[in-house]
Amino acid sequence: MTATLPLPTKRDEAWRYADLKALEPVWPKLDGPERLVVAAGETASRQITELPMMEGVGIVDLDITVGDNANFALHVLASAADYGRIQVKVTLGNGAHFELGGAILGSGTQTLEIVTETIHAEPDATSNQVVRSVLADKATGSFLGKINVSRDAQKTDAAQSVKAMLLDRTATANAKPELEIFADDVKCAHGATVGELDKQALFYMASRGLPPELAQKLMLQAFIADAFVSMDDDAAREAIESKALEVLESLGENLP
Amino acid sequence: MLKIENLHAQVGDTEILKGLSLELNAGEIHAIMGPNGAGKSTLSYALGGRPGYEITSGGVNFDGEDLLELDPHERAAAGIFLGFQYPVEIPGVSNLQFLRESLNSQRKSRGEEPLSGAEFIKLAKEKAGLLKMDMDMLKRAVNVGFSGGEKKRNEMVQMGIIDPKLAILDETDSGLDIDALRVVGSGINAIMRKPDKAVLLITHYQRLLDEVKPDYVHVLADGRIVKTGGPELALQLEQEGYEAVAA
Repeated sequence: MTATLPLPTKRDEAWRYADLKALEPVWPKLDGPERLVVAAGETASRQITELPMMEGVGIVDLDITVGDNANFALHVLASAADYGRIQVKVTLGNGAHFELGGAILGSGTQTLEIVTETIHAEPDATSNQVVRSVLADKATGSFLGKINVSRDAQKTDAAQSVKAMLLDRTATANAKPELEIFADDVKCAHGATVGELDKQALFYMASRGLPPELAQKLMLQAFIADAFVSMDDDAAREAIESKALEVLESLGENLP
Repeated sequence: MLKIENLHAQVGDTEILKGLSLELNAGEIHAIMGPNGAGKSTLSYALGGRPGYEITSGGVNFDGEDLLELDPHERAAAGIFLGFQYPVEIPGVSNLQFLRESLNSQRKSRGEEPLSGAEFIKLAKEKAGLLKMDMDMLKRAVNVGFSGGEKKRNEMVQMGIIDPKLAILDETDSGLDIDALRVVGSGINAIMRKPDKAVLLITHYQRLLDEVKPDYVHVLADGRIVKTGGPELALQLEQEGYEAVAA
């Protein structure tokens, strides 16, 4: 993403759900992707609790190379932007692991998305991506997860779990796994669901004395916790969860 | 304590309660028995305020308050506990967190101080012990992976912790083996057999009533109470069937 590149269009698969109108004014000001290299055998992680904002648009663009037997974990919270995009390209070496945990919390007319491209270039690498979205009003939350498995990348194990909770019928969730597999001994699991808050559970909780806003908060908190359960660092996990909770509370005004 | 007058309730377009009247005083245990489809569960949901159960006429007064004006969580805070026939699973929310938040929400709305973590754990341990439930189960997500019997036992632990004035127990005995039935029965007695409390027990079978002796037994058929008697009525029902007794 540099000034020399033309603005993407909806025809570009990776941009099909993007808010290009919001993107246009900031597009020339964006730097290219931030490159990260995790050396062989090393472990690294990154947490993004707030998007870097520019005129209501927050773009994170990462290009990560994970060396042989190295491990990279990325945990992100996409919220608080008219248009927010977390775009990640990961290239995995032999026996490397990539972990992604993402929560998308949207309301109003926000468009928030996580777009990943995971390249299993060498054998024995693993990747696990968990994305949970909570969407209110007319918000759109999308996850596009492309997985490339090269011809030599035998024993690849790649998993994606994507779940969205719509608090209003006017909200939109998109979940799009895309697999390109050229090796024959691989495991690529992907699952996606879109649902609403369980009304039976809400009544059950109310019958114990929980006001609706608190019952909803408890359920949503549990729902998005899946995205951060893989974090080893307790302090970092608490920080991202408490920020997520803050955003959830602001969505709490939208009761079913 | 609870006075139900000529209650009519419908689910969708179907009228299920067709003029039900019932009065419970403090210190009393009432059993409601009746054939399938008589409206027993509808009665408990209507009293709990479940969305979709529409009251079309009649009234319910609880401790001098118009119950039907209250939202479900406000009914709980007023002192009503609903024991579910099919307790609901809530993935990811621990029993302890759920109950502490529930209890403290109730206390807050009554103008009482919230219980601290330590006070709450002490209370939860005591009530779990009463129902012979392992504390580890209280740390797990609400009802997730619990057997049918464990869910019912958990309902009673919740009742013990919340300590309501009135418990409406919808087929709490179903899914329990004989030993569990005895534990649950003695739990109900220990928690609710008090001069300032009352219980409405909805059941199909005499067996629970051997453990929790009712003061009154009512037969509910086609949306109305058709017969009221003492404990002997339950025995008669068991021997002769609803059709013979309710006719």
